[in-house]
Amino acid sequence: MRITFKDAAHLIRLVIVVLIAMAAFAGLRSLMVPESFGQYGHYRGNALEEIRAKPVSFAGRQACAECHDAVVEAKKAGKHVNIGCEACHGAQAKHAEDPSLKPTKPDTAVLCARCHEKNSAKPHGFPQVATKDHNTGMACGDCHQPHQPKL
Amino acid sequence: MSTSRRDLLSQSGKWLFLTSAAQAALEFVLAGNAEAAPTYNMHTHWWAMTIDINKCIGCGNCVRACAEENGVPKGFFRTWIERYDVPSWEMEHPEVDSPNGGMDGFPEKPIKGKSFFVPKLCNHCAHSPCVQVCPVGATFETPDGLVLVDEKYCLGCRYCVQACPYGCRYINPKTNTVDKCTLCYHRISKGLTTACCEACPTGCRTLADLKNPKDPVHDFLRTNSIQVLKPQMATGSKVYYRGLDGSVR
Repeated sequence: MRITFKDAAHLIRLVIVVLIAMAAFAGLRSLMVPESFGQYGHYRGNALEEIRAKPVSFAGRQACAECHDAVVEAKKAGKHVNIGCEACHGAQAKHAEDPSLKPTKPDTAVLCARCHEKNSAKPHGFPQVATKDHNTGMACGDCHQPHQPKL
Repeated sequence: MSTSRRDLLSQSGKWLFLTSAAQAALEFVLAGNAEAAPTYNMHTHWWAMTIDINKCIGCGNCVRACAEENGVPKGFFRTWIERYDVPSWEMEHPEVDSPNGGMDGFPEKPIKGKSFFVPKLCNHCAHSPCVQVCPVGATFETPDGLVLVDEKYCLGCRYCVQACPYGCRYINPKTNTVDKCTLCYHRISKGLTTACCEACPTGCRTLADLKNPKDPVHDFLRTNSIQVLKPQMATGSKVYYRGLDGSVR
């Protein structure tokens, strides 16, 4: 008994249907799965690039030092030497881009207390004052130079 | 024009096959130039952060800087500071407060035992529970050791918010997708430090690159007593605390 092509015709039809289904699956899958999915793992690889491309608000102390080298020098003599400029002056990336945008000077009456207001949870040895006893009604900057805070 | 069922099926089959083949070919071509960041090689970094509890003064600079840098909505935090007050021997019951995430500093209050500040942020776990539960691959561990969220792919299902043992994730009310600390990926990939480290006045927080042999982090980890949060959960946390009290949860 020989199996002829004619006898297997129903199988061929089945194979064609399966192939069409596979092609449909592959086609739909390639349409629906984003281009870079699986580049590094089970996620969209391009997402990394997109997150990296976001703009920055804090320019970083190196950017400040490019122009304000006098302040950097002055700070070296004081205890605030390791504090980044933007810790007190706020985010200044826009000012670094366009120096004509002048930032507002921080108010030392508020600014200094953020760190130096007396608080029992602060580490021992960190210089603290109770501002209401220490300098009633005065701004810290009246006596202390923030870049070189020692009197 | 009449079309038999046979013709229709064979035609549509051909079209499906051809479009998928074309798509596959296009993908192949595109894959050739997918990596378009010539200056930043993510395979040479393994990011982490060190936090020195003895240096944190609870000023809230990091919280404000983070909100400004990343546009964190009001009332949500990618990093925050907790104040612990631990009665002398009842270590299991510390009193913890974090008014507005510590953004406006901490008002003085009478303490019962020892008190200290603990800054917190995403621990960028090497084996993150949050990544394991994401059903769509919207959150992932990058080759440079960060846990990030693809906001275009996130469904907002909140599985990861529940899975994170550190409470570091929130749903951004503007996008309705999950959001979290990126360790300022957009900054550190440009050679800057994170916004919180930039604004920290005492050097309590330091960005660390564990793959850089010259990074001072190696000395820091070798010469100090170091702890991570919830080590029993084996998350592979990469935020290393120096001087962390046993009462911290």
